[in-house]
Amino acid sequence: MLELDDIQHYLLCRPRAIIAQYFFMSFDSADSGRKWVGALADKVGVAKSVLEAAETDLRWITLAFTYNGLKKLGVDEASLESFPDAYKQGMAARARMLGFTDYNHPDNWEDKITDPNLHATVILFARTQEEKQRCIDLHDQWLKENPGVNTLSTLVLEALPPYDYVHEHFGYRDRITTPVIEGMGITPSPGSMPPSKAGEFFLGYNDETGTMPALPQPVELSKNGSFLAYVKMKEHVGAFRDFLKANAATEDEQEFLAAKLMGRWRKSGAPLVLCPEKDDHELGWDEKRNNNFDFANMDPKGYACPVGSHIRRMNVRDNKVSQIMNRRLIIRRGGTYGPHLPEGAPEDGANRGIAVFAGCADISRQFEFLVSVWANDPEFAELGERDPFIGTQDGTFNMTIPKRPLKKTIKGLPAFTSVKGGAYFFLPGIKALHYLASLK
Amino acid sequence: MKTHEWETPKAVAIPKENKEWEMGRYGPIWPKTPACYGFTIIADVKPGREAIVRQYGTTIAEALKGSPDLLAPLKLHYLRWVLFDNDTKFMYQGIFDTDFDKYTEDAVALFTLSGVNTVFENLVGFPEDWKTNTPAFIKFVREHQCNSFLEYGEYPYVSADEIKKALRLKAAFSEMLDQMQ
Repeated sequence: MLELDDIQHYLLCRPRAIIAQYFFMSFDSADSGRKWVGALADKVGVAKSVLEAAETDLRWITLAFTYNGLKKLGVDEASLESFPDAYKQGMAARARMLGFTDYNHPDNWEDKITDPNLHATVILFARTQEEKQRCIDLHDQWLKENPGVNTLSTLVLEALPPYDYVHEHFGYRDRITTPVIEGMGITPSPGSMPPSKAGEFFLGYNDETGTMPALPQPVELSKNGSFLAYVKMKEHVGAFRDFLKANAATEDEQEFLAAKLMGRWRKSGAPLVLCPEKDDHELGWDEKRNNNFDFANMDPKGYACPVGSHIRRMNVRDNKVSQIMNRRLIIRRGGTYGPHLPEGAPEDGANRGIAVFAGCADISRQFEFLVSVWANDPEFAELGERDPFIGTQDGTFNMTIPKRPLKKTIKGLPAFTSVKGGAYFFLPGIKALHYLASLK
Repeated sequence: MKTHEWETPKAVAIPKENKEWEMGRYGPIWPKTPACYGFTIIADVKPGREAIVRQYGTTIAEALKGSPDLLAPLKLHYLRWVLFDNDTKFMYQGIFDTDFDKYTEDAVALFTLSGVNTVFENLVGFPEDWKTNTPAFIKFVREHQCNSFLEYGEYPYVSADEIKKALRLKAAFSEMLDQMQ
């Protein structure tokens, strides 16, 4: 049974916040860091209480640490050594393996995210702008009174218009497919994966192998914790819209092409496998149907949903591609940053995109596999392609859209996104936060 | 007429180590050669276990008859199982179209499902806790992997999927000709 009174709420429930801010923090000393952790620990949202009061709460706080952060707080050498290599090395050091090369190279990352003095992140969700500002003012005041903890950078996240559905800057509806954790009382929608064992996302529980993997030490630090992989991805909205216009004549055809790249229709999220020719709004919003499909039997050649489309690469839904799909899941949290670019407006060069935390128990097996293999490996399904949205597109890769009698090939797919930041964090349980605050 | 890459047989010599090899999640990614990707794992058989290892040949062949697609995710061409030096040593060689590092966890899971790991339990140095300790399993495989120093392909770099596609096309074409009689 999940210890909901010790797990941070972040990966277990999604509060109804419309605004968020990420803070990337640095400690001058172990003492200043510990004091700060101690001051914030009681404000961090605990899964149990947030689940019970998500409707009435006004703000939610999450706290996570880089490897350098644990080190700075004075976690001993033997404990540090027991953490997994991927976390210890950090995302920037593993960027080449991940496929974050060329314009996605860490040299181009923002927000001082690769600063070795990045020690922690605070994720603040708020229901209103006023509530967010109140929290920030309190935090700023605390920092003034307690020198030695510095804000390296912040990132503001806001929902985009139209507000009636969650979507990113390109206009694709988001949050249609998400893992369900066993014991949380949620029944997966038809066609979704069976509930995951808690150990796929939280340390100290059995995972899908039926056993509990070895924990980083000491157990009071690792139990009920998770790892978070943070990625900030700029979206080139103007380039994307230009691409659609250059490759499709009418608005309907542009919408069709946009759907082919994603594997779902943009506004409704209806899957192409179930409605290959025309968007079906009702189907897209019907949870009983919008995940109830597979590829191997219903669309083996990809005539409806291209084999190289984003959803078909990131969730292969086929045992012949992977027998361990249940071990490659992540829980995505995050949102959009930067100003909305209204339809028809010219590209203004503004920095806009998505900033996502991927939660998992094993950064390498889950997050890194998805990015390095399913997103960035040209050998995926022998396509010679990369993911059209999150793959590193240096202009040398195509996108194949299967079609009778002859496939359509889009030559030299441009990059619609650029990676602008990334880091690995450890998201401790509540007791572990107090453990860190009380280190001597 | 255009000459295709697969029409010219090719051999490639492979250095013992090469700093330019890409690093994967678990170590260097051994390069793709005209004979595709592959591994050769060589280990000592625990004394007295020779017959057990040999018997697994039949067991695994039977298991795969029941679910022939079991190993599909590994994109295999061939697996070879060899006992040598009077059955004191064991070699497990695979030729496939994906690099092993990327699909390491899939391989471990499939080895478990197909009973390969159970054979490995009879090898010297195989971690006893392999069921719960995937990193130790991966370490064993990497430590016992012997790189080729030369690989040759009669039809270089052709994948198993491409071969199957070509054969299907040939069959479909024959069928078409039959229908036109």
